[in-house]
Amino acid sequence: MIVIIDYGLGNLGSVKNTLNKLGVDSMISKSIDDIEKADALILPGVGSAKQGMKNLEERGLDKILINEIKKGKPFLGICLGMQLLFSESEEGNVKCLNVIDGKVKNFNSELKVPQIGWNQIKYQRSNIKDQRLFKDIPNNSSFYFVNSYYCLPSDKSISVGETEYGINYCSVLIKNNITATQFHPEKSGQVGQQFIKNWIKLI
Amino acid sequence: MITKRIIPCLDMTEGKVVKGIQFVNFRDAGDPVTLAKKYDEQGADELVFLDITATTENRNILLDVVRRTAQNISIPFSVGGGIRSVEDMRLVLENGADKVAVNTGAFNNPKLITDCANYFGSQCVILSLDARQVKKNRWNVFINGGTTDTGTSAVEWAKKAVSLGAGEILLTSIDTDGMKKGFDIELTKMISKNVNVPIIASGGAGKIDDFFEVFKNGNADAALAASLFHFGELTIKEVKNYLRNKNIPVRI
Repeated sequence: MIVIIDYGLGNLGSVKNTLNKLGVDSMISKSIDDIEKADALILPGVGSAKQGMKNLEERGLDKILINEIKKGKPFLGICLGMQLLFSESEEGNVKCLNVIDGKVKNFNSELKVPQIGWNQIKYQRSNIKDQRLFKDIPNNSSFYFVNSYYCLPSDKSISVGETEYGINYCSVLIKNNITATQFHPEKSGQVGQQFIKNWIKLI
Repeated sequence: MITKRIIPCLDMTEGKVVKGIQFVNFRDAGDPVTLAKKYDEQGADELVFLDITATTENRNILLDVVRRTAQNISIPFSVGGGIRSVEDMRLVLENGADKVAVNTGAFNNPKLITDCANYFGSQCVILSLDARQVKKNRWNVFINGGTTDTGTSAVEWAKKAVSLGAGEILLTSIDTDGMKKGFDIELTKMISKNVNVPIIASGGAGKIDDFFEVFKNGNADAALAASLFHFGELTIKEVKNYLRNKNIPVRI
């Protein structure tokens, strides 16, 4: 059972719809018991980092998520769900979950912010896990992004996919049991569904 | 590179998709869920769903249609019409929308934009701005489904809304809406020049080259059309192939 974490923010319904289409058992829940029993966790996106952390803390979910991740449970963070894994975010200057060392930074460019729309992922596929995550997804495929901030991991080797928006930034990362994407796979049509399917096969 | 988006718009009233001319004379264009699925399959980059009479009829948006549409598509989906509070917005998002467009509710209560942006993030809040030219180089904001001239300049309101937290602007020209004589390039260019968020140009698409014009000369980030697609005059694929041949980046 995959648990989609309900923290009062995010497009929980879209993630659930995609998993339903793929025939995968999932539930939307904020229950600590459900989260601890889950085979894998998804933390979806949409929302501000400050509100996101506040909502996690109010529900007592911050510590539970850190624990489950440290125990090695497969975890997928999407958009804000990726950013909240980092040490801190410039969005509201807030301390985040700190399971990935690094910062979340504002796009500081001449381009329009937020970035909204379809942009390409360039991947290296340097190890077997990356290869499986991008199986049947052509390099430079377009995925749907909606973000004003991007992640800057201290350890660059965890970045497995990059996107260009003024700068090249990490749009997909894998760190042990954590996979995270800045884009919304659940909103990225066929390639997005394939990505989620690949992630499920990894877990 | 970020691509330019082609967005079919589903104007809805009483559970049906309709299309009007200059915000009146609506004709039936079919079932929203069927149309949404069709556009997803054809390669639409996003869908916009506007409950165009929710404000004037003073009722809430049709959440059931939002939910059923969202269940059947795998691309982003924005919803607007009759949004007056953070709670309205939360309900729409909970039913599967990805972004929410505010229009009259935000004009009457600009704090709504800030409240929604603080809660859900700016990327989630679209300002839907209906404008009409009142004199040379001057467009005013119209609210209540285009029926009321606010007297406020469209440029000023766009700037203010962005400073309050709007992350995108859906810019509709009432003058060109449904006329099929092309987008309002001057209006689009002017708003795009004055704010640093993506602009979705809307109103007036009548032929394939209109899309090229609004990207090339109007500096739009996305172009929205309704009747052209609903009544099968053009497919999304045709539009995208045309744009790609003219070096406009699109997702094929």
